[in-house]
Amino acid sequence: MTKIDALMSWKEVPVGCHVPEAGSTVHYKTGDWRSQRPILDREKCIYCAMCWIYCPEGCYEDMGPEEKYYKVDLDFCKGCGICAHECPRDAIEMVPEEV
Amino acid sequence: MTGRTGIEVSLALSEAVKMANADVIAAYPITPQTHIVEHLSELVADGELDAEFVPVESEHSAMSACLGSSAAGARTFTATSSQGLALMHEILYIAPAMRLPIVLAVANRALSAPISIWNDHSDIMGERDTGWIQLFAENGQEVFDLTLQAFRIAEDPRVMLPVAVNLDGFTLSHVIEPVIFPEQKLVDQFLPVYRPQIRLDPAKPLSMGMFGIPEIYTETKRASEMALMDSKAVIVKVWDEFEALFGRKYSPIETYKTEDADTILVSMGSVSETAMTAIDEMRADGKKVGLVRIRMWRPFPDEEFKAAVAGARVIGVTDRSITPGSHAGPVFMEIRSLLYALPERPAVFGFSLGLGGRDVTRDNYKYIYDQCQVLEDTGQDRYEMVGVME
Repeated sequence: MTKIDALMSWKEVPVGCHVPEAGSTVHYKTGDWRSQRPILDREKCIYCAMCWIYCPEGCYEDMGPEEKYYKVDLDFCKGCGICAHECPRDAIEMVPEEV
Repeated sequence: MTGRTGIEVSLALSEAVKMANADVIAAYPITPQTHIVEHLSELVADGELDAEFVPVESEHSAMSACLGSSAAGARTFTATSSQGLALMHEILYIAPAMRLPIVLAVANRALSAPISIWNDHSDIMGERDTGWIQLFAENGQEVFDLTLQAFRIAEDPRVMLPVAVNLDGFTLSHVIEPVIFPEQKLVDQFLPVYRPQIRLDPAKPLSMGMFGIPEIYTETKRASEMALMDSKAVIVKVWDEFEALFGRKYSPIETYKTEDADTILVSMGSVSETAMTAIDEMRADGKKVGLVRIRMWRPFPDEEFKAAVAGARVIGVTDRSITPGSHAGPVFMEIRSLLYALPERPAVFGFSLGLGGRDVTRDNYKYIYDQCQVLEDTGQDRYEMVGVME
């Protein structure tokens, strides 16, 4: 998905609709698709990285050996719940977003 | 192989792919396309053609593999028929939208059911709206030439679209015809090494096959449509270039004895040779009849077609397929629609014939000529499946 700031003339559509910019998905914040968000219980978290590995959007950020947890980026988290499903310690709970 | 050679047309097509020095061939065998890919696999196995031959598990995979290899910048070829083309259907749309210059040979064959391995145009007509450039050959030499030209047209930076070369299954694919083979160095001059302007390249990453949200989808379709429409001028230029090098002239529309014709018949593909013989015989009987053959089906050459039929009082369009439920064949619908807006339009009548390998004879064309006069004289408008047993 390329960034679309404004409606574009067909003459400006890149040939073949290719997107020449690498990593352009950062422009498209998928977080507003979310109906539920992952809440981490840091007491239970063992810093195993399963959430980081399984997240299909790559939304989890390694907070490092001092903090010892992975932090979700809610700008991009779609709320799929895979992290909660895979967490071996049930440390992640999916909580409905408030309307 | 150079000079005039007697050869099965399928093999001549394969030799054209070899002379075009294709990089990747991904194909699945199906009658009557089989000899094309069979011979290509031999040429690759024998080291005569330095290409990757990918023996895929289906036509869906064949076209998918072609998308990948073309996106990587390889000169890419595949061939199929009938059910195989139908199985490619969903992938066919992607190639023109992503501007991938794949060349596809279609040995035209009827669709099931009932199962028929024989020739008509119902397979390609089902793919009419996929956005491919679609050309129809009349004879073996044309099959060879169009195949060479297809790579040159598809890869032209002004075009960058896939091209389907249609040849009638069996009646063209399996006959032995005299074909003039050019010198390889002349082919290399006409068709230099493919240097894609855009391709998948780790050094210059880009994304292909993105999704299009409603804010842009219409514009992408318009861009694809205009690329196809604009390709006509380039195709004509490539044909001029081909003529200068090889001495054979190609044009979007072929005409035969149309100059003073009051009735013009319209055809596509190899039956046009039968039609021309019928025209000769009708001319000998004093009938002012001519033939227009459509070589370039997509993009449709509107202006050239209108010019070719200018002055005719009545036009009989022949289809090698049907459009169920519409009382028309696809070519007939197209022609009548095109001519409807003319201030002085001819009467246009539609006839389907030669379905599923039913022989198309000179008498069929004489009957169609006669029916055109009857329909026009009596003010009737009736679509007909010629030769159907009542």
